[in-house]
Amino acid sequence: MSAPSLRSRLAAQGIDGTTLLLLPGLIFILALFIYPFAFGVIDSLRPKDGGAWYANYAKFFGDPYQYGTIAATLWLALPVTIVNLALAVPIAFRVRLMHRQRLLTTILVLPITLGTVFVADGLLTFLGPRGWFNHVLMLLGILHEPLKLTNNYWGVFASLLITGFPFAFLLTLSYVSGIDPAIEQAAATLGAGARQRFQRIFLPLLVPGLAVTFCLSFVQAYAVFPSAVLLGAPAGPTRVISIAAYQAAFEQYDHSMGSAIALVMGGVELVVVVLILALRSLFYRGPAGGTKG
Amino acid sequence: MIRDKGLASKLWRFAIWAVAGLFVLNLAGVIAVVIINSFATRWLGTWLPAGWTTRWYFDAWSEFQLSDVVLVTFEIVFTVTILSGLLGVVTAYALARRDFPGKKIVVLLFLLPLLIPTLTYGIPLATVLYQFGLGGTFWGVVLINLVPSFPFVVLVMIPFIEQIDPRIEAAARVFGAGTTSLFVRILLPLLLPGMLAALLLVLVRALAMFELTFLVAGPTTQTLVVSLYYAVFASGVRAAQSIDAMAVVYMVTTLFWLVIALQFVNPTQIVTRAKQQSAH
Repeated sequence: MSAPSLRSRLAAQGIDGTTLLLLPGLIFILALFIYPFAFGVIDSLRPKDGGAWYANYAKFFGDPYQYGTIAATLWLALPVTIVNLALAVPIAFRVRLMHRQRLLTTILVLPITLGTVFVADGLLTFLGPRGWFNHVLMLLGILHEPLKLTNNYWGVFASLLITGFPFAFLLTLSYVSGIDPAIEQAAATLGAGARQRFQRIFLPLLVPGLAVTFCLSFVQAYAVFPSAVLLGAPAGPTRVISIAAYQAAFEQYDHSMGSAIALVMGGVELVVVVLILALRSLFYRGPAGGTKG
Repeated sequence: MIRDKGLASKLWRFAIWAVAGLFVLNLAGVIAVVIINSFATRWLGTWLPAGWTTRWYFDAWSEFQLSDVVLVTFEIVFTVTILSGLLGVVTAYALARRDFPGKKIVVLLFLLPLLIPTLTYGIPLATVLYQFGLGGTFWGVVLINLVPSFPFVVLVMIPFIEQIDPRIEAAARVFGAGTTSLFVRILLPLLLPGMLAALLLVLVRALAMFELTFLVAGPTTQTLVVSLYYAVFASGVRAAQSIDAMAVVYMVTTLFWLVIALQFVNPTQIVTRAKQQSAH
């Protein structure tokens, strides 16, 4: 008896002609994602002006104009994400009971598909000193003189709210609708009020989903770029880290420094995401469906 | 359904709808302002403009060379869609049908571009593309856009392919179908609905993809959204109405495809499908 051929031994491992279909995609990802990423890491360790391998990072963390961008970005992204989620959860709980959700979800998907550049353009007029927003507030007597809402922190905040809230809402809605309504009915039958049902039933089931929603909303807000330039004060309080990375790479033509800032950006984001997911693991984990499992 | 009666819960319900209503109202305001301004002769500090005109569309069309920009946008977006569809479906098929050592690592590789912030990999990638002389070229823009779109197709298609019974393919083999006819006559018709949905989602996303296109686009390879950014950025140079006319052109192009996409997918899928996948 002869040993099985190489072909049949590989097939037993799950490697045959079909598996080879993976190759084009794999080569693509290796060439256009892994290679550039590794290139970026090495490039960031070879400073343009020479010096030690960590010179770019030392320069970044030694200059308040540069390292201040981390705080500026977090100071925008964290509050916006919290507001977005705080609005999204109660509204998703109401909308869950609606029969025709489609109209609302279609309206809310608009700002996501139109993107931040369009929203920034619209907000410049809408929130401007003579725009509708100030106009209405002054007509209602809430304001006596227009608020300055563009070219500062609040302009960027508003743009992140307009694109970020629908995103958080649609994600939350898909998690909330995934919870078996029979669980809530059982709790109500046993006499739990609305507040108790939310705190004791829904919240524990939702925590994993909310943690993921928080992370994904945060990632979006954290990467804010066009609206921070167009609606914010890109030289001052809304000089976010993506602006710093872009300026280093494409305005000062120092791609080594640009890569270094881009990597710091990724690193800070990773820290926040890991912290959130670590917090999540302190809560209940288990099925959200009503079936016996 | 459970109905809570009582003043507190009525007030709470009212407050929630009020907040949701306010949000939709402001959103409608933001979009309406752009549309109204693009038709305005002069609009300063009043509720509505002093008069109406369509001349800004002609102005914008020639000033921003919109016919070129729209053409380039569609060339780029369709190339990205078709290539990510081809690559994505083939890759997803292999991942859905075979278990092999190291599969988890491969799946993680396809997830990474969707998890890492765009600029974090965009800046080194753009640097590499410039070094290869692809910066500012058509293919440079296409390649950089493929990086997030192609894994997106893979992640949408894997569950879709998994739910197609492999015994159908086996049966076709038994009846003597070759690889080509198996693909054309069995797999393609079964995959078509999922592919259509995935590709329309990629199309809508690619139209609005700003950051990556912005990093490598040259003067002749700007997509609509990048041109819009430059126009708003230098807003003192051109009339605001002209910029808003361009914004409306961009909005109409995007919404046209969004409306078509919504015939096949649920609005929530635009954010959730791939994201939920990536969450696990």
